[in-house]
Amino acid sequence: MLKIKNLHASIDGKEILKGINLEVKAGEIHAIMGPNGSGKSTLSAVLAGREEYEVTAGSVSFGGKDILELKPEDRAREGLFLAFQYPIEIPGVSNINFLKTAINETRAYKGMEPVSAKEFLAMVKEKSALVELDAKLANRSVNEGFSGGEKKRNEIFQMAMLNPKLSILDETDSGLDIDALRIVAKGVNQLKSPTNATIVITHYQRLLDYIIPDFVHVLYNGRIVKTGGKELALELEEKGYDWIKELI
Amino acid sequence: MAYSEDELKKELKDQEYKYGFTSNIASEVIPKGLNEDVVRLISTKKNEPQWLLDFRLKAFAHWKTMVEKRWAHVSYPTIDFQNISYYAAPKGKKEVSWDEVDPEMKATMDKLGISMDEQKALSGVAVDFVFDSVSVKTSFKEKLGELGVIFCSFSEAVAEHPELVKKYLGSVVPSTDNFYAALNSAVFSDGSFCYIPKGVRCPMELSTYFRINEANTGQFERTLLIADENSYVSYLEGCTAPMRDENQLHAAVVELISLDGAEIKYSTVQNWYPGDKDGKGGIYNFVTKRGICYTGSKISWTQVETGSAVTWKYPSCILKGDNSIGEFYSVAVTNHYQQADTGTKMIHLGKNTKSTIISKGISAGFSNNSYRGLVQINKNATNARNFTQCDSLLMSDHCGAHTFPYIEVKNSTAKIEHEATTSKIGEDQIFYCNQRGISTEKAINLIVNGYCKDVLNKLPMEFAVEAQKLLEISLEGSVG
Ligand SMILES: Nc1ncnc2c1ncn2[C@@H]1O[C@H](COP(=O)(O)OP(=O)(O)OP(=O)(O)O)[C@@H](O)[C@H]1O
Ligand SMILES: [Mg+2]
Repeated sequence: MLKIKNLHASIDGKEILKGINLEVKAGEIHAIMGPNGSGKSTLSAVLAGREEYEVTAGSVSFGGKDILELKPEDRAREGLFLAFQYPIEIPGVSNINFLKTAINETRAYKGMEPVSAKEFLAMVKEKSALVELDAKLANRSVNEGFSGGEKKRNEIFQMAMLNPKLSILDETDSGLDIDALRIVAKGVNQLKSPTNATIVITHYQRLLDYIIPDFVHVLYNGRIVKTGGKELALELEEKGYDWIKELI
Repeated sequence: MAYSEDELKKELKDQEYKYGFTSNIASEVIPKGLNEDVVRLISTKKNEPQWLLDFRLKAFAHWKTMVEKRWAHVSYPTIDFQNISYYAAPKGKKEVSWDEVDPEMKATMDKLGISMDEQKALSGVAVDFVFDSVSVKTSFKEKLGELGVIFCSFSEAVAEHPELVKKYLGSVVPSTDNFYAALNSAVFSDGSFCYIPKGVRCPMELSTYFRINEANTGQFERTLLIADENSYVSYLEGCTAPMRDENQLHAAVVELISLDGAEIKYSTVQNWYPGDKDGKGGIYNFVTKRGICYTGSKISWTQVETGSAVTWKYPSCILKGDNSIGEFYSVAVTNHYQQADTGTKMIHLGKNTKSTIISKGISAGFSNNSYRGLVQINKNATNARNFTQCDSLLMSDHCGAHTFPYIEVKNSTAKIEHEATTSKIGEDQIFYCNQRGISTEKAINLIVNGYCKDVLNKLPMEFAVEAQKLLEISLEGSVG
């Protein structure tokens, strides 16, 4: 589904990603861990198409397409979803209106009719129940005045509504209380299917108790320096990143 | 459907300013120039009574003594008042029935999306159509007449309801008020008149559509709206003009009188030709709008300003009666080289008077957008309250946003709140939308509409949708 080969990217002339290789297949869950500043958010931003980053080498194919050639909105329409580490507020635009626009833009891209009001409302009802999102939040302005945890939960709600092929969750667990963490994980697990895939970026092995990864990667200084199964997360928690540094 | 390259170009060009066409309607235009004879000529053409001619002459005499004040944060070349024609009217009599209206005029209205045909009209909207200097047609007159509501052209009001016009004309905006109000008082040609009798809730929206067609003419119209005790009316005005390379002057005066317990909701969607991308052409929109509120009455101004090369207007409320309320909700968009200096004055005279000001400025391109507002609490205005919120949104690095709030308080019981923000449209917000599959243009529309929501919500339903579309078109390709 996703093939990243030798990806190099820089911002303001500074190289942040220094040759990333990663393959994600349908049905898989990958976890990416790594110290602060190692390039995890950069990787997700580059995949999502943030223009400030310049890709200097390498390739990324998604569903067989070279997504580096696509505009950010087209990558999203192709089924790439990013749950932001810091979700953005859009005052005056209701969550519902925002999502309806997003869904209809994606449908138009695929040559489909806009979603009917009835179908849309049914979806909102079902998906907000899934992430136990307060109905009031669905009608409020996008993320405006939401608590940190509510914002994260709203990201998962949006993910559920958009039903992407590949979701990248950038530290969705940070700032969540233990109940919210369980709810978010439950959402992710229920949305999991043999045809989609998830990349979770996290600092805590705790999340991986709920969302069981098939692979764990350690990103360090712009490169994936180690890959293993879910036990690698435990090992990291125990030994810290110094242990990784010694390995390379 | 596949477009050819040319069709697409045309479509996009129309998108920029789709009202830029010219109608080929035979007109009677008086020669350029301004002097006392011209003022007399206009009055004669309109068969006016002596008192109105006197009103004009007095205004003209005063105007000649005035110099144009340039305190507004806008710049434009000196206007040559001798190079303008002050009267242009489509030839022929004012038509009585819809069937008699000139087909070209009908086609013009069609293109502008104005429906005069009462059978097909949006139910609940009566329209007065002012083309250059004269009112062409007013719809639903009979139906409104049954309730005692008078809605007609200004000229007709002078002929048929002289006592009302005489009593209120110039009572809120004196003919000596300011340079352009004085000019208007001298040479105004037509406009709309409206009177709502005591206790009547006007059952439909009243609206006036202003259209400038002739080149080298100015439009000087007057609107006079009187809501008698405990009545209610919602009134809307819209305006467009052809695309021309030279600037044209539009200097209107609007006076509202809200008698005891009455309520007037006055909405404007201003879409005069803004000039081209390089700032060539466009309308100079210098307008004086003011209303007076008597006891327990209310005036609410809502404006969406997207057009004109230069805009200068401050719809204001004189809160004369106790417990009266004034409101001002404004969205002003400037793009390319447009300039706007707009805001309001809330003059609190009565006790327990309340005013609310919500102003949303959006500047793009190389434009300049200023908010200028005065909140004045006078000595006897015990327990007066004002809330002002004044936000500016910047779409580019080359545009300017300015706020000039003035507060004068002469009564210590006053409560005044002022909030102001300036923000640049966020790359982060746009990217967030993109990441959800929303294109950049759509994202900007969403963000801007969200930003203006508090104001757009105040517009009558049908027009809120129009206004949203207008915002989209005005800001097309404006981020950068
Ligand atoms: N505009 C910029 N100019 C220079 N360096 C930048 C810029 N933006 C990001 N960086 C740097 O890129 C590096 C990677 O940042 P990134 O946000 O990807 O880290 P991360 O792995 O997500 O960290 P965290 O765990 O703290 O979220 C950091 O050292 C950061 O300071
Ligand atoms: Mg990060």
